[in-house]
Amino acid sequence: MSQIYFTEDHEWIKVENGVATVGITDYAQEQLGDLVFVELPESGAELSRGDTAVVVESVKAASDVYAPADGEVSEVNEALTSDPALVNSAPTGDGWLWKMKLADESQLEGLMDEAAYKASIA
Amino acid sequence: MSKNTVPFAARHIGPRGEETKSMLATLGVPSLETLISQAVPNSIRLDRPLDLPPAASESEALDELGAAMRQNKVLKSFIGAGYHGVKVPPVIQRNLFENPAWYTAYTPYQSEISQGRLELLFHFQTLVTELTGLPVASASLLDEGSAVAEAVGIAWRHHRSKRSRLAFAGELHPQTHDVVVTRAAPLGIEVDGDTIDDDTFALIVPWADTYGVYGDHGALISEAKEKGVVIIMVADPLGLILSKTPAELGADIAVGSMQRFGVPMGFGGPHAAYCAVSDKLTRLMPGRLVGQSTDAHGRAGYRLALQTREQHIRRDKATSNICTAQALLANMAAAYAIWHGPGGLVAIAEAVHERTARLHAGLKAAGIQLAGDVIFDTVTVTVPGKAKQIAAQAEADGRLLRIVDADRLGINLDETTGEDDLAGLATLFGAELPESAPRLAPFEARGRSFLTQPDFHSHRSETEMMRFLRRLADKDLALDRAMIPLGSCTMKLNAAAEMMPVSWPEVAGLHPFAPAEHTVGYRQMTEDLDRWLSEITGFDAVSLQPNAGSQGEYAGLLAIRRYHAERGEADRDICLIPSSAHGTNPASASMAGMRVVVVRCTDDGNIDQNDLTAKAAEHSDRLAALMLTYPSTHGVFEEGVRDMCALIHEHGGQVYFDGANLNAMVGLARPGDLGADVCHLNLHKTFCIPHGGGGPGVGPIGVKAHLKPFVPGHVALGSGHAVAAAPYGSASILPITWMYIRMMGGDGLKRATEMAILNANYIAHSLKEHYPVLYKGRNDRVAHECILDTRVFKDRAGVTVDDIAKRLIDYGFHAPTMSFPVAGTLMVEPTESEPKSEIDRFCQAMISIADEAARVEKGDWPKDNNPLANAPHTAMELMADDWPHPYSRAEAAFPEGSLAAASKFWPPVSRVDNVGGDRNLVCACPPIEALAS
Repeated sequence: MSQIYFTEDHEWIKVENGVATVGITDYAQEQLGDLVFVELPESGAELSRGDTAVVVESVKAASDVYAPADGEVSEVNEALTSDPALVNSAPTGDGWLWKMKLADESQLEGLMDEAAYKASIA
Repeated sequence: MSKNTVPFAARHIGPRGEETKSMLATLGVPSLETLISQAVPNSIRLDRPLDLPPAASESEALDELGAAMRQNKVLKSFIGAGYHGVKVPPVIQRNLFENPAWYTAYTPYQSEISQGRLELLFHFQTLVTELTGLPVASASLLDEGSAVAEAVGIAWRHHRSKRSRLAFAGELHPQTHDVVVTRAAPLGIEVDGDTIDDDTFALIVPWADTYGVYGDHGALISEAKEKGVVIIMVADPLGLILSKTPAELGADIAVGSMQRFGVPMGFGGPHAAYCAVSDKLTRLMPGRLVGQSTDAHGRAGYRLALQTREQHIRRDKATSNICTAQALLANMAAAYAIWHGPGGLVAIAEAVHERTARLHAGLKAAGIQLAGDVIFDTVTVTVPGKAKQIAAQAEADGRLLRIVDADRLGINLDETTGEDDLAGLATLFGAELPESAPRLAPFEARGRSFLTQPDFHSHRSETEMMRFLRRLADKDLALDRAMIPLGSCTMKLNAAAEMMPVSWPEVAGLHPFAPAEHTVGYRQMTEDLDRWLSEITGFDAVSLQPNAGSQGEYAGLLAIRRYHAERGEADRDICLIPSSAHGTNPASASMAGMRVVVVRCTDDGNIDQNDLTAKAAEHSDRLAALMLTYPSTHGVFEEGVRDMCALIHEHGGQVYFDGANLNAMVGLARPGDLGADVCHLNLHKTFCIPHGGGGPGVGPIGVKAHLKPFVPGHVALGSGHAVAAAPYGSASILPITWMYIRMMGGDGLKRATEMAILNANYIAHSLKEHYPVLYKGRNDRVAHECILDTRVFKDRAGVTVDDIAKRLIDYGFHAPTMSFPVAGTLMVEPTESEPKSEIDRFCQAMISIADEAARVEKGDWPKDNNPLANAPHTAMELMADDWPHPYSRAEAAFPEGSLAAASKFWPPVSRVDNVGGDRNLVCACPPIEALAS
């Protein structure tokens, strides 16, 4: 049973068995425009909630993507190194950014669900 | 001044008397003074004329400066230490260095009108990658000292600031070392030692050291690499022609000065430094990087790449505060390499080395003690207790040696060294000069092929070289063709009389460490500038050392930090910066070890006084400074400026003024009177130094008396805390500013400011029916620039600010500043130098573009196929048989008003693909073998 959360910073977090997959929303990728580079964390890196985990860059902007909770990076989306455009074409699919083993899943409580997020950007 | 001479001010200022009257009438004001009183708050006005010498004519000023500079003594320099005698090829001197098509261009942000200098900078990058063996090279840094400091910054950030020790494999030139120490201190970097431990993030390897010796650092480099330490090689580029490359020796970063590639010493600058890195460090590299991409029709097109590294986007998280490069000087270096070709460069390096080897052999045979045997161009001799005496003897013969200390002398050879010099030098030490001498390892003939790229082989005759430089210049739109109305950049006239002294031998030929008695004229000029600029800005002293506005900001903030520390308040480290500030401000604060706290702006663009008051109070104990741009980046004179300064002072902070917009104030108001403690000036904006197509710049700082002890010093002047390699920074272009002030006089300078304000208000007025003008000040007036809102066109017709900027090219204009300080807007600054006819032509173009956008909105033209979306239009497309557009070729290429331009500008490429260029970075031309495969 997986659950999807959304943050005010336009990130989505999908949680399965204590592992969160994190990406940016379709709205966010559209605002940023064509991405040209994604700076990924190292696998095994320890993140605290609010740390900058990833930097996504377009030609004209660079945006930090924050860790939504404490945890250890278990996997990063290496495909983005050669093809950052995946984040534009499939932000919630093949354009995911990283996976992390959550230290405390309850830290995600209070984030928005899909309906609340959609309402927030409407 | 003789009565029949037209005053220089009348030549510098664009609109004639009658035109000024008609512009004032358009604005509905009776006089210029009325307009100024409407635009500039009375509370900030200077109530007296500037106390400057009365205006001199062009010939009088040239005579006066010439007489001063002839007091300089230009002897042949063997001082070295990072500065070398050169033979500037006359074809480059005349067709590039002294050519307004090259020196009056702006930084190449607008790719389609900058292909010429982008192409030459691309060749510069290729040259650097070939010399260093590293894959990525930037379009130059400011000087060797700051380049090494930037390299240290790259390594430090590569280790995510988690390691703090910097190690050295040998001694750098003292001035370079001092800049590294200055820059390392605020970041908590420990600068010492030649040992490596787990806390070491970088090892600096001088190649050669300051004594000219190439050490064997192989073991140390290997040990460092095992610990993940970044290897920074500081390498002389002429030596690299004969030696192994830094990449082969294990370097991750190579930096150094390209001065000896055909750029005069000029008493210290300006010169281009190079910086090359390994692939993994590309995104940490500071400064401009030219990349190759394609245009809308698939042709190769150059552009500035990976701009997200830079301060205008990353602000306090940027890799550096550096904005500009040394484009003009980097382009001279590239042209020097193209002119000589690889064979010529090898011959120059061989000749220098052969003479050095003979001198070395002769001195050795005479029993003189030498610093080392592995040398390229420098012999350091030990002559116990006799250094000064021998140097004096050499000076009597017309040669300057480097006095290292009481016992040691340095002798550096370069391409200007002749046989007579060599004989004279040998005689000094009672040595016999051998006819020949073996090469001194590691300088074996370069084993690999070098600079095989066609452009380094194709321009051997002067006819070809002249045409090559002309072909490139023709691709660019500089001030010699049209107005460049870039807001915040002040693209005013760079008058010929101001430029002439830069080429004088007494100005260009001096080594920065020449004895003081040889540089009397220079120091007279710098003293004049110190006094005049202090008077203009209301400060007590001016430091001319910073090489750019960003370096001035950094120097000013360091002065503030050192002032607080001296008073026992070293923990004052909070820097308040308005959200509207230029990106360099937070980037500089970050480099100065300050923490940035952003102050909000109100909807009308001014600083939110409540937020400022609250934040100053909240951080009262830790408040170091407020950084304020005045008039604001929105082009408005904020009325509460004195109160804001007083507030910061009450909380123990200092006020830093960003002088980017000083052109709106000279003669009318002075930062020092308003409460600023320190302010940087952009001599390349307000005081006529040309932009050089992306550098040089000069960014002096003015300070109040209490900060005077903390301005940058220099090892050559017996002090430290330098921010630039040379004591007076880019000294050889300071005469431009001297000439400007001397020829304008106080009245002329004030008149220039008033006319800049008139021109800006005239544009705002002429365009207000067509574009909303954002952020007006009191009485609905703007200062010296205005912001035109183009977002309405995006909403209504899908026409972007880019479309408008590129369409202006078809009309023969450089676009105004795009999307700063507000996204989707154009900031227009005409300066006082633009004539009314050109301003009218610009306004007509902007109105015509608004009409075109209206036609898109009405549906006359599709949103994706109209003159705006397809701009700029190249001659090749217009001549093609196929014309798949719903508008005519004439509408595309000769829209209304474009014919009035000095000449039709034909863009060499259509719109350049930015996304593709950043996704696939190509920043150097591959060698011919790679092209063939």
